[in-house]
Amino acid sequence: MMTLPRRTLLGSAAGLIAAPALAQPKWPNRPVQMLCPWAAGGGTDAVARILAVLLEKDLGQPFNVVNRTGGSGVVGHTAIAQAAPDGYTIGTITSEICMLHWQGLTELTYRNYTPLGLMNSDAPGIQVNASAPYQDVKSLADAIKASAPGKLKASGTGQGGIWHLALAGWLNAMGLKADHVRWVPTNGAAPAMQDLVAGGLDFTTCSVPEARAMLDAGRARSLAVMAPARIGAFPNIPTLKEAMGVDYAVGAIRVVAAPAGLPADLVAAIAPALKRAYDTKEYQDFMNSRGFGLVYGDAAGAEKALAAADLSLGNAMKAAGLAKA
Amino acid sequence: MHDLLEAFRLVAAPDVLVAILASAIYGLVVGSLPGLSATMATALLVPVTFWLSPIAAIATIITASAMAIFSGDIPGCLLRIPGTPASAAYTDEAYAMTRKGQAEMALGAGLWFSAIGGIVGTLSLVLMAPLLAEMALSFSTYEYFWLAFLGLMCATLVARSSPIKAIASMLLGLLISCIGMENPAGTPRFTFGLTDLLGGIEPIPALVGVFAVSEVMRAMVTAEPPKLPKRKFGSILANQWMLTKKYQWPMWRGNIIGIIIGVLPGAGADMAAWVSYAMSKRFSKEPEKFGTGHPEGLVEAGASNNASLASGWVPSLLFGIPGDTITAIAIGVLYMKGLNPGPTLFTERASSMYALYIIFIIANIIMIPLGIMMIRAASVILRAPRAGVMPVIILLCAVGSYATGNNLFAVVLVGLFGMLGFVMEKNGYPVAALVLGIVMGSMVEQSFITSLIKSDGDVMPFFERPVSAVLAALTFSALLWPVGVWIWNRIRHPRLPAGGATG
Repeated sequence: MMTLPRRTLLGSAAGLIAAPALAQPKWPNRPVQMLCPWAAGGGTDAVARILAVLLEKDLGQPFNVVNRTGGSGVVGHTAIAQAAPDGYTIGTITSEICMLHWQGLTELTYRNYTPLGLMNSDAPGIQVNASAPYQDVKSLADAIKASAPGKLKASGTGQGGIWHLALAGWLNAMGLKADHVRWVPTNGAAPAMQDLVAGGLDFTTCSVPEARAMLDAGRARSLAVMAPARIGAFPNIPTLKEAMGVDYAVGAIRVVAAPAGLPADLVAAIAPALKRAYDTKEYQDFMNSRGFGLVYGDAAGAEKALAAADLSLGNAMKAAGLAKA
Repeated sequence: MHDLLEAFRLVAAPDVLVAILASAIYGLVVGSLPGLSATMATALLVPVTFWLSPIAAIATIITASAMAIFSGDIPGCLLRIPGTPASAAYTDEAYAMTRKGQAEMALGAGLWFSAIGGIVGTLSLVLMAPLLAEMALSFSTYEYFWLAFLGLMCATLVARSSPIKAIASMLLGLLISCIGMENPAGTPRFTFGLTDLLGGIEPIPALVGVFAVSEVMRAMVTAEPPKLPKRKFGSILANQWMLTKKYQWPMWRGNIIGIIIGVLPGAGADMAAWVSYAMSKRFSKEPEKFGTGHPEGLVEAGASNNASLASGWVPSLLFGIPGDTITAIAIGVLYMKGLNPGPTLFTERASSMYALYIIFIIANIIMIPLGIMMIRAASVILRAPRAGVMPVIILLCAVGSYATGNNLFAVVLVGLFGMLGFVMEKNGYPVAALVLGIVMGSMVEQSFITSLIKSDGDVMPFFERPVSAVLAALTFSALLWPVGVWIWNRIRHPRLPAGGATG
């Protein structure tokens, strides 16, 4: 051992130090901050946190989820858009970024971001009370068409929320006015499902996972999903197109994004890492167990999804009289 | 029986026991920091549960939330900073006891009756879950409106000042709750173009501001009080058995009110504490002692908020409807671990259900020894010099309010509410009523507007439905009672000044 030449020893020591640095990609070489515009404990937060865990395991640097809440999501979305585009501040943007600017509540649109990956999309279902006479979505649609405007009541979230727009879009697609069914604003899907079961509502248009417990309990029935294809976790619920021939689909999407102007080499480093995280068994199992819709899009696909959402949600908001301009 | 044995085996697994102990200590520490709520403590645990077995994962959530709710009483009692909205109702009372040199009795009451409330609440979960769940499901927005309205009326009952000033504070709280766009119309109100105001005013910064910051300001303008005589911190549990026997009836009333309110989704531990404290004062034989450091209200409200915590799991487990923010997080964890909420959880996975019950009981039992250690450690604050404690409180307030949303605006809010609270207290306006208005405001508005939308503007359903009729009758009799007493006194003793008969 002592016969080893000193130079070789020094050289190999230097090599040992240099080796990991050379093998390591340029990104990330320090902790990455992942901003979440919604509060800890919610669905967006849960998805961000599992992604952070998987990315950290994959890339060897800590990914810290930071909840920047407030202002109905505007504060956190603004923080992501205004961060330095250096790859060390990324965040989850949600469908609200395609809605808030139509209401004149922010100047930001999805164009203020560099989309990196579409990680999830939840489609709205159409749920009725288990004792309601409607056995399929067609009979409900007929009842809606036959009813006087404002007679039937639906809910699922607050006024102008994503599920309200889903209802407006569906009614429009059937050739009805967006307010033909009266929207009852609630604080989220859970109180809406409770009021549906208590008999206060005719149907809800919240996402199927949000209705899941009531469906499992046999208190409510989901007649259809407004999605292009059936949801993996709920294979028995038909799509609108299958059930009544109306081709209308919408979804609440979650996209991991960086501020606008992220250099192309960083996009090329981050987007594949998101794809690897999406493909892990842990992510797939987690999303399936929560009932969250597994839909993936790469950087270009995420941008396309955001553009489509911006257009369709904007149209729905104009139809419902919720848009400012 | 076989299921029960299996449940004991599940809970006795080493990883579950370690998870219970670790999350208990974690919950106690986080809950005792002003501004950091029990919800925050629970949410931060979620990534940890990814690696735990299903039972251990749920055990961490149950234990940490129960501990955090109790230890929210500690800063409230020692420093007049309620750790959670749930302890805001009786913070003044507990602090008054500390000033009288009875800190150990106040904290001991918080601990002992929290544990009893938790255990009684759990028993209600075991014995009556399906029954309670049916009751919760029959509540529509009409009933919630009356319930929230009754909650608001507690403002005049809990305050020691004149009812007029209490109502004024409560109305100011209602006005503050109007800020933002989280209202039924989804329209921004009173935001003055500020993005930060779009989401409205959260109760936590308001709470920390009006109680803690204003207390520090008050300390700065008054001379240092004479040092409390140096003495050993007395036994924490010694007097509790005496209190239990003396206030047995209020304790049971607190438990029952807590269970009923907890089962209703959206009406959680904070409302249970307010209503119970108000009931306690209303029915007490010595209501004049309330607010001067009298344990009776602590007994009833302390039992009530923990009982509601346990019964809040009923709609969560049976229908996946969260009773409060903590159970909302817990439902996510249940799904993640394949313990999907629903009636099948009670039949097909009965052993897991029993395991949850056992964890509830264990958590409430180990709360007592761990809580005693925590109280002993925290009581050092009473002996520390005021010049050292006050800056630390301000620092904790700032850090705690920042941590909830990583938003500097929350820190500014704490400061503003501190000044508001200081001015209000100087002029005899109770800040507790202000907090009540902020907490209940959105529920009153939301349930009222949604009800009217559903009935196409008809107010009759507020009185027609059987449960809402009963609640309406309660509300109106509570409203008209003082007027009736006043008139009665005017007729009987015409020369008495009216001010003496507002009870």
